[in-house]
Amino acid sequence: MARFTVGSAVRARPGDPDGHTRVPRYVRGHRGEVVGLHGDWKLPDAAVRGTLVTEPVYAVRFRAADLWGHGGHDVIVELWESYLEEAAGER
Amino acid sequence: MSGDHHHGHDHGGGDGGHHDANIAARVRELEAQLVGAGQITEAELEAILLEGWSGSPAHGAAIVARAWADPGFRDRLLADGNAAAGELGLEAEGYLLKAVANTADVHNLIVCTLCSCYPTNLLGPSPGWYKSFAYRARAVREPRAVLAEFGVELPDSTQITVWDSTAEARYLVVPARPDGSDGLPEASLAALVTRNGLIGTALC
Repeated sequence: MARFTVGSAVRARPGDPDGHTRVPRYVRGHRGEVVGLHGDWKLPDAAVRGTLVTEPVYAVRFRAADLWGHGGHDVIVELWESYLEEAAGER
Repeated sequence: MSGDHHHGHDHGGGDGGHHDANIAARVRELEAQLVGAGQITEAELEAILLEGWSGSPAHGAAIVARAWADPGFRDRLLADGNAAAGELGLEAEGYLLKAVANTADVHNLIVCTLCSCYPTNLLGPSPGWYKSFAYRARAVREPRAVLAEFGVELPDSTQITVWDSTAEARYLVVPARPDGSDGLPEASLAALVTRNGLIGTALC
């Protein structure tokens, strides 16, 4: 079951994990909004260790101004569920 | 740079165009290591490469032309790209095909900042610049400047959305239908669509 839904306020996991991951560095720790559910897919962090873990993948929209301090565009990044934490109530 | 590397050309720049010989040697070595370790066979490697070469930007152009000509198809394409491609006899398998439409208000741009994800089996190999460090780094940070370098000048009122293919979706931009294309048959519409248009670095 997907933990988040379209409209959920989320934050990309901060920090640098020991192994492989597909969280781009530029969104780590940043707040975004779920704008799409992209289905369930194998988590690459586990797959590289030979473990099969399937998780929902979300399209998460970040504001350029939040990521870079400037820019009027949006960047939409696909993130597996365990890459995200809830950001509701924050501002 | 390795010690046996003595041919004369420039390896600076990082635009994806000056590293070919070096990259080819590295790829051959990687292939040899994988085959030697029993991870993959030569035949399997060949099959993967052929799958990439069976794709073509013409497939994307055909999808876009149908979307321009048929609003019902356009809706289905934006809702479920894989199924819509299937309607045209095109296979998009192993990934989520996500079509994103440009309008007067929104321009979409596709990048893969982590590597070079691209719907290769549908659209064929990606262009060299798509894999360059410069494009991958700059597309998410300053897309308007990148687009200007491709000759795409957007009004300030146009919102830019950059899609970073970090997971299992592969993206297809549906450009806005050009003015003056009313009444054209689908084949003529398809001829208006370029590979860059399908990535978002051209208006069409």
